[in-house]
Amino acid sequence: MTSALNARVPAGSLETKWTRHRSEIRLVAPANKPKHHILVVGSGLAGASAAASLAELGYGVSCFCFQDSPRRAHSIAAQGGINAAKNYQNDGDSIFRLFYDTLKGGDFRAREANVYRLAELSVNIIDQCVAQGVPFAREYGGLLANRSFGGVQVSRTFYARGQTGQQLLLGAYQALSRQIGRGKVRMYSRHEMLDLVVLDGAARGIVVRDLVSGRLSSHVADAVVLATGGYSNIYYLSTNAKGCNVTAIWRAHKRGAAFANPCFTQIHPTCIPPTGHHQAKLTLMSESLRNDGRIWVPRSRGDGRAPNEVPDAERDYYLERLYPSYGNLVPRDVASRRAKEVCDEGRGVGPGGHGVYLDFRDAIARHGRHVIAERYGNLFEMYERITGEDPYQVPMRIYPAPHYTMGGLWVDYNLMSAIPGLFVIGEANFSEHGANRLGASALMQGLADGYFILPYTIGDYLAQAKLAPADASHAAFRQVEREVDERVQKLLAAQGRRSADQFHRELGRLMWDHCGMSRNAAGLRQAVERVRALRQEFWEDVYVGGVGADFNQALEHAGRVADFFEFAELMCHDALHREESCGCHFREEYQTPEGEAKRDDERFGYVAAWEFTGVGNPPVLHKEPLTFEVVHPSQRSYK
Amino acid sequence: MDLTLHVWRQAGAATAGRFVRYELGDVSPDMSFLEVLDLLNQQLIGRREEPVAFDHDCREGICGACGMVINGRPHGPRAATTACQLHMRHFPEGAEIWVEPWRARAFPVVKDLVVDRSAFDRIIQAGGFITARAGSAPEANAIPVPKGDADRAMDAAACIGCGACVAACPNASAMLFVAAKVSHLGLLPQGQPERAQRVLRMVEVMEAEGFGACSNHGECMAACPKEISIDFIARLNRDYLTSVFRHQPSEEGPDPAEG
Repeated sequence: MTSALNARVPAGSLETKWTRHRSEIRLVAPANKPKHHILVVGSGLAGASAAASLAELGYGVSCFCFQDSPRRAHSIAAQGGINAAKNYQNDGDSIFRLFYDTLKGGDFRAREANVYRLAELSVNIIDQCVAQGVPFAREYGGLLANRSFGGVQVSRTFYARGQTGQQLLLGAYQALSRQIGRGKVRMYSRHEMLDLVVLDGAARGIVVRDLVSGRLSSHVADAVVLATGGYSNIYYLSTNAKGCNVTAIWRAHKRGAAFANPCFTQIHPTCIPPTGHHQAKLTLMSESLRNDGRIWVPRSRGDGRAPNEVPDAERDYYLERLYPSYGNLVPRDVASRRAKEVCDEGRGVGPGGHGVYLDFRDAIARHGRHVIAERYGNLFEMYERITGEDPYQVPMRIYPAPHYTMGGLWVDYNLMSAIPGLFVIGEANFSEHGANRLGASALMQGLADGYFILPYTIGDYLAQAKLAPADASHAAFRQVEREVDERVQKLLAAQGRRSADQFHRELGRLMWDHCGMSRNAAGLRQAVERVRALRQEFWEDVYVGGVGADFNQALEHAGRVADFFEFAELMCHDALHREESCGCHFREEYQTPEGEAKRDDERFGYVAAWEFTGVGNPPVLHKEPLTFEVVHPSQRSYK
Repeated sequence: MDLTLHVWRQAGAATAGRFVRYELGDVSPDMSFLEVLDLLNQQLIGRREEPVAFDHDCREGICGACGMVINGRPHGPRAATTACQLHMRHFPEGAEIWVEPWRARAFPVVKDLVVDRSAFDRIIQAGGFITARAGSAPEANAIPVPKGDADRAMDAAACIGCGACVAACPNASAMLFVAAKVSHLGLLPQGQPERAQRVLRMVEVMEAEGFGACSNHGECMAACPKEISIDFIARLNRDYLTSVFRHQPSEEGPDPAEG
């Protein structure tokens, strides 16, 4: 695997790498493209845009999603916006600045060349989406509007009310639908990928379960693209949709794809605090709220007064106090950690003291209620629906929650994993966001990968791959299908006493406590032990019910939880090995006197890519050193 | 809170369904309606009975996966609220609640509360898009769009494709769903070249899928969790009539770029 960890970053100056690479990589002739078949797993921004673009080019494409329609992939829930270095606001933005902000926001743990390419392509994405009819917010003159987001000092975020993800996804879904209608993409909704098939060292197909009939089937192709999103649901409570899971990428990892930086998980600062044990998931309030809302807690511990009765002098606007130049717009990791800190001090508000205020009183006084309503109306309504409180009258209460995972399968510059022919795009890969993702850049990455990078780079692979003809009757496919079936039967046969949901909650709690917003060596060691024990209990004591050959949601969930149990150990292992703090990964042992993350570039200036060696066995570490040709990693400062 | 639920149970498309009564205690007013179903399912699993199947995913009211008729109303009693965002504080103590799937010929039941809404996908596949190949887009600010048009396009584009409009309509019509997409794309300059063809094809597939006709009851708008206005249906009708008379229907040829 060591050789596979060559990132294949092209030579040349940062600004010319991608253009040059595009001109030099191999092409598949138009007449040959229909002879190649590609499987795209997932239909979110990355998957839908990739499937549509590949079909436009003439490739044969099959696309799979576990939802009942590709339009429901979790990208749809992204609220705030998408970044692009258009500099429409004339405020000094540039490709370089977007690149630098993203790299710095990620605390210098991302690959420089990838991030630059992302910033470069950001402008094409906006063009593409507008051409598809995405109804971005506009100014009265008819041109596109922007707003600002955390971690930056320019206004470069494009948005469609609080539903930017929805509108971008529908754009990609519609492009995909057009190709389905033309017979160029075969769509498999309500199908879940349960394993990857590797033949002669190359990814050649997948085994899926039809979630309605329960039938397993194999699909053969020349290349496989995973666009299956992130794994925040390992914490049980997260802002992810209930179905989000690690299964596809975990199975690929077990088949040989390296897993990079699994412990880099983003905890988003502005979520609605949980209300009780019944809680099934957490709801994010867009980070854009931090543009106008001011975050505070009472100065003194245990202040039981209603928020509007606390006078200004007795409020601690702690982000404005600690970070005068960025104030409430510090990056997510910093905002989350500081919120936890004030709550741990006993100054948190709301039930259990798990909350801080996000107050719009001053913004409403300054701009008027109608302006605030225009900017955030739908978010205020959502908050009111969930909490029963009116944020125009009473400050919102927010608390950090797992939201996004920067870690994912390791990919090279071409977005190909350590298994030839297996490409990984969007949140499922590790590449662009380092140790912390800035707001409004997940949508950017998903679409850059799907519309503008993968369609080129996959051609480079297909043009030179020597693939023997194969079909689903091949022994390798039959073998994997058999293994998948055995696992399904094993889950059904356990016939224990506890539901998968109960186990999932327990695992989530454990990971949140020991591998969540802050971590330490003792806690992580303990977590590994607990995960192992709990995993064993799971297989002995889980009760699934029903049969395999049916629509069985309990079985779907149990399979995903089983994979989370295996993956959890790797996550803790990675967090334990990284003896530094960087971005979201805050090791209590490594902090500056001001309580900021203390990086150790000397020892940990690399991507940690792990090789699977068996469940319960220690994974093998491969390092991809991070070299910076243009920027000089510095201690991040938002003061 | 204590509740009595009557939940529609149906093993599959080919079998008959029926309401089953469940008593549920310990319901918190802060729970969402889907969390109540979670609670019920955990109890059913505990008793080794089969849990209730229902579609759900984001639980933030945006993915459109959840959808069930609650006490006779799609998504329940609250305006502009999906089932996942409906909280129990809006129900009285001891409430008796009837839960059933969308009922429409074009949405066959898969199991319990789950229906097959793929007819909506096929309507979009027929024409609910703007053809814009990746790579061919002009600079985004090259075509200004009046803010009013962009805002109205966004009002229509807010549709989450949940199917509540169909479930609410006595004719099981999909006109609000189709109207929302036709209006979203038709209000924008980018949507003009395919405007006539789009509406003709989408309506054709809509009818072929077995959705009923619109007879102006307005139930769809009342049930829509995104409050999409039936004004868009008037727009759809206008677009459709204009297109029927003006447009010369022609088969779409092969993509010119494919040669």
